[in-house]
Amino acid sequence: MDSMMDKLYLGIPLASLFGAIVAGFFAAQIGRKGAHTVTILGVGTSFILSLIALSHHVFDGAPAYNHSVYEWMVSDGIRFEVGFLIDNLTVMMMSVVTGVSLMVHIYTIGYMEDDLHNWPKESLAGTNSYQRFFSYISLFTFSMLMLVMSNNFMQLFFGWEAVGLVSYLLIGFWSVRPTAVYANLKAFLVNRVGDFGFILGIAAVVMYSGSLDYYEVFAKADEMSQQTMSIFSGYEWNVISVICILLFIGAMGKSAQIPLHVWLPDSMEGPTPISALIHAATMVTAGIFMVTRMSPMFELSEAALSFIIVIGALTAILMGLVGIVQNDIKRVVAYSTLSQLGYMTVALGASAYSAAVFHLMTHAFFKALLFLAAGSVIIAMHHEQDIRKMGGLKKYLPITYWTSLVGSLALIGFPGFSGFFSKDGIIEAVRHSTIPGHEFAYLAVLSGVFITAFYSFRMFFLVFHGEERMDKHTKEHLRESPWVVTVPLILLAIPSVFIGGLTIGDMLFGDYFGSAVYIAENHNGLAEVGKHFHGAWAFVEHSFSGLPFYLASLGVFSAWFIYMKQPNIAESLKQRFIVIYNLLDRKYYFDDFNSAVFGGGSRLLGDRLWQVGDVKFIDGVLVNGSAKLVAWFAGVTRQLQTGYLYHYAFAMIIGVLMLLVMGLFI
Amino acid sequence: MDTSVIGLTSYLTLGAILFAISIAGIFLNRKNIVVLLMCIELMLLAANINFIAFSHYLNDSAGQVFVFFILTVAAAEAAIGLAILVTLFRNRRTIDVEELDALKG
Repeated sequence: MDSMMDKLYLGIPLASLFGAIVAGFFAAQIGRKGAHTVTILGVGTSFILSLIALSHHVFDGAPAYNHSVYEWMVSDGIRFEVGFLIDNLTVMMMSVVTGVSLMVHIYTIGYMEDDLHNWPKESLAGTNSYQRFFSYISLFTFSMLMLVMSNNFMQLFFGWEAVGLVSYLLIGFWSVRPTAVYANLKAFLVNRVGDFGFILGIAAVVMYSGSLDYYEVFAKADEMSQQTMSIFSGYEWNVISVICILLFIGAMGKSAQIPLHVWLPDSMEGPTPISALIHAATMVTAGIFMVTRMSPMFELSEAALSFIIVIGALTAILMGLVGIVQNDIKRVVAYSTLSQLGYMTVALGASAYSAAVFHLMTHAFFKALLFLAAGSVIIAMHHEQDIRKMGGLKKYLPITYWTSLVGSLALIGFPGFSGFFSKDGIIEAVRHSTIPGHEFAYLAVLSGVFITAFYSFRMFFLVFHGEERMDKHTKEHLRESPWVVTVPLILLAIPSVFIGGLTIGDMLFGDYFGSAVYIAENHNGLAEVGKHFHGAWAFVEHSFSGLPFYLASLGVFSAWFIYMKQPNIAESLKQRFIVIYNLLDRKYYFDDFNSAVFGGGSRLLGDRLWQVGDVKFIDGVLVNGSAKLVAWFAGVTRQLQTGYLYHYAFAMIIGVLMLLVMGLFI
Repeated sequence: MDTSVIGLTSYLTLGAILFAISIAGIFLNRKNIVVLLMCIELMLLAANINFIAFSHYLNDSAGQVFVFFILTVAAAEAAIGLAILVTLFRNRRTIDVEELDALKG
């Protein structure tokens, strides 16, 4: 049995990789149809094998599988391996990643059908772009699978970087658009900042534990928490806190937490299926997953958890507020992702790892759904993304309308929908947390509920209800998207409704994660919540007496009232609070700050280095300076050559005399 | 030592004087390259006198054989030197030492 599982686990990432390789390298031979067939088969195989693994571990109760597949090298006693750690946490992530990815693959057939229009005729990059796109998204899936299935830090880092690379390729997929190129560069650079912290964290892990293997490192976590290190002389820092904060900085890059969130909204420059993939299944969930995986280490550091909860709370509330003023349909969804990632991070900080991963899972489904629905709207609107030019689409796009409604209700945490269970779980867990900063986080997540409901339904009403603001030409061509687009929507709508209620009992309050997640005794706020948990239905009933439900309803009502009933209120509010509006519209000036301080600073530094280092030192002193020195020396010594015979004769005679003297006296 | 016989010292002194004159000639001469060549010849003669004096003093005829060789070489060298001089004069229309500074750096 075990050897069969060995092959099965190996097959999960390799099936996706196979599809990526075939579609990428043999694009011309297999054509468009061949490319989407082979990648969908590859990812489909990964998905089915993941489901088998899921049932093997969850239903048959197989113990955690931890084996290395291949030993790359051993250096100084540290083993560099490729290996898999498969437990309940991993199989859930694998199933979500491959499931959402499969939906995105199918959807892409419809979305990228007329991709040739996006490329200028003479562009070489436009040839086989369809096949290349499929190759990239399969590669994305492979990278994410390697990341989640890893049993050691090296492979984790490989997956981490591979995800970053593929996201770079995909955000800048339409490489003929300058904005896309800037956006992918931004994503790459911002992720470099996070990854720098991450790799420092891994280096610290290796330095203090002497191993890359998860279990071996976790076994030494206690020991590390007793040690201190001094980064600046005179200040002793707890080793485990330093490691955890560094690792979390990596997670801040990947999971887009303030202040490293700036790349995520810009990643909307990529094609919509990518946005869905990045936001739901791959990439941004990596940070949340990683912290959960490292829970035995994070639990030992109160400082790191406190840091996490504050960063998460800031992200949850500030990014939600920005979502209110966005007018690009995809950007509204992007800011909602940022805000939801903030929720997950808050849950991590409150030691409610299972709540974070639970929200990750439900969010994966409804966020993928929302993005794909947004994509469907964009297809129908002929690539118009401004919600001010939409409206009344309900009657033209019925399937998209209903699935969007489901997604939005799940997002705002309407009782009964899957987002409700995970979000309420987080809010309750934060309330019972004891980590410093949880009071602030509780306020943030609570007000976040109102904000989420407000911006979600602002977008929903502006797109699907009200007057039709699009131009005549677009209006005549409005029709529902093809089945390859709508089927994934429906397939994603189903788990968006049901998966939360079905799994909350086991995942949030049950023993689903078992040994995969470790929670210290004094941090276990979630268990406190669990004492009052009497089944999913009771949870729903209970919510009607709680604050979050009323906040969400109020949000929906205000969105309806302001944007549908009295549209002039929005404008007058905007005029009255123009300062706040500008602050939100400019996204708290993060981009301006970055481009002024980091961009301007590095330009200034580069300019100085060029002027002083290059022009003055290297060119002036080293190159021209040495040439000038030689010329000066030659100029002096040439004076010796007078050209007069008697001078040479004199020199000869003096030389002979000197030799004589030497011969006589020495 | 018998004063009627001219001693080794006198010969060596003569050789040294000749040598000194030739050096002085090389230094002081600013005009004529022929004088320069003559000075070099004189220098060789000074060496020859030393050879013969020591040959006689040490009663070894090898020194006198050397002198023959040196005279032969000096003759050949003078011939070549004069030939170069002629060519030089043809090219430069001068044999003034002061003006011959083509090697000046």
